[in-house]
Amino acid sequence: MRLRFWPVFLRNFLVWRKLIIPSLIANIAEPLMWLVAFGYGMGALVGEVTLGEQQVPYIVFLASGSICMSAMNAATFEALYSAFSRMHVQKTWDGIMNAPVHLDDVLLAEMLWAAFKAVFTVSAILCVMLGLGIVQSWKVLLAWPILLGVGITFSCLALIFNALAKGYDFFTYYFTLFLTPMMFLSGVFFPLDSLPDAVRWVAMVLPLTQAVALVRPLFMDQWPTDVLLHLGVLTAYAVVAWLIALHLTRKRFRQ
Amino acid sequence: MQTTPQLQCQHLNKRFGSNLVVDDLSFSLFPGECLGLIGPNGAGKTTTFRMCLGLTTPDNGSVTIFGEDMPKQALSIKSRLGVVSQFDSLDPDFSCAENLLVYGRYFGMKRADIDARIPSLLEFAALSHKANAKPGELSGGMKRRLSLARALVNDPQLLLLDEPTTGLDPQARHLMWERLQQLLQQGKSILLTTHFMDETERLCDRLLVVDHGRKIAEGKPRDLIAEHLEPDVVEVYGGDTQALAHGPLRAQAQRVEVSGDTVFFYTQTAQSLLQALTAYPGVRSLHRPANLEDLFLKLTGRQIREEG
Repeated sequence: MRLRFWPVFLRNFLVWRKLIIPSLIANIAEPLMWLVAFGYGMGALVGEVTLGEQQVPYIVFLASGSICMSAMNAATFEALYSAFSRMHVQKTWDGIMNAPVHLDDVLLAEMLWAAFKAVFTVSAILCVMLGLGIVQSWKVLLAWPILLGVGITFSCLALIFNALAKGYDFFTYYFTLFLTPMMFLSGVFFPLDSLPDAVRWVAMVLPLTQAVALVRPLFMDQWPTDVLLHLGVLTAYAVVAWLIALHLTRKRFRQ
Repeated sequence: MQTTPQLQCQHLNKRFGSNLVVDDLSFSLFPGECLGLIGPNGAGKTTTFRMCLGLTTPDNGSVTIFGEDMPKQALSIKSRLGVVSQFDSLDPDFSCAENLLVYGRYFGMKRADIDARIPSLLEFAALSHKANAKPGELSGGMKRRLSLARALVNDPQLLLLDEPTTGLDPQARHLMWERLQQLLQQGKSILLTTHFMDETERLCDRLLVVDHGRKIAEGKPRDLIAEHLEPDVVEVYGGDTQALAHGPLRAQAQRVEVSGDTVFFYTQTAQSLLQALTAYPGVRSLHRPANLEDLFLKLTGRQIREEG
């Protein structure tokens, strides 16, 4: 059987290979700046964070949260701005669909491509973290497939908004109303315990919270708890978001 | 006709809201033929084109290509189809050669097979010297030819071209026509939408005139002109149009139309009309044979179409 999405994925990969330097800077330099500025700067003020019974150096706390955030951001940017450029501005999708490739295949390729970019970004950041000695446990290797899952979930979510967008301005809603609050409510920068109860309950069901709950213990050389629950919620987000994105994208193209 | 059609549309209907865009449209395209779909803006050409590609689903009716049903067997059909749509969708980040390579992969072609075809495709598009240039560095005509070359990467039997020469200068347009004629000589079939009458006159074996989604005429270009028009046209400018149109000259023509400052006399015998015109020293005139543009304007009217 021919995998029809593959040449579309490969197309995006080939373009990316040509633009790899600016892409690296955007995807890696910025998260690292956050990490260094906040981790070392704030870390000096905060010292250690109390997680349950344990004390964790702030830089480790932040590194484990921010890598999930980087996966989220990388996938989101790709599946919003870049996918929208290909779909709407360059009409790349229209060209592809004149060949024997379905719209569903194109969307699948875009989804996997955005997830791949997330994995690429976090891999590079992980290497730097290992180099700086921020992470020392071999268990972080297990964070890698989880972050692939995070990339998939957030690219599916972003593709919903891609399907609805009339222009780039529309994405501001998604960032302001959804991603930015999530960044602060998912335990990336501070523990959820410090939040009021009502907010904490909202925070508990956010997809990024699940990712952080799975990845953070691995950075602390421990095993996460409630793995199936967190993976289940993350998967549910991905599946539901994918189905909605598929439906809305088909609708957009069926005029 | 004896042969089975390569493309057949039967009783196509498409409504957008309360607007009937395509209204019971049927036509066939036979192997080796060039069929022109012409009509003013908003006539339903592009919607029909999109239904042929399975991109828009008809409310009623069917599209059959290579004996297979569109959109049910869309992938099988498209593997043997070449498409140039109205707007270029070339990849701006790839060179001309890379554009062809990447596009060939969508057809499941192997890299070696595509690489083997690229030089001849670029040569066909008169772009051999631009193999490593990106679309942004190409002129409008070059981009259209690259789009055409891209549509040929899978060596299709049938080409669907949506306004392939819109926006091109005369040189680029003539080169495009030459290439399309070459393809017809190779035995490929073409379905072409356009609103350039000289384009259809040059390329098309048969024409389908559509307006408001309906077929209003169909046939060979020459036959259509003979059937619907008087053989000669005398255009008269620079006088009192009403006086010219309703004066003694009227008797010399079968049909008279006024558009702006011009009076069009459609006539069987231009000589006597031209003779009579010498009595009007202030006016200029042009005598020419009736063409498809006259046919088009007669069938679809002279008013400007805003929509579409």
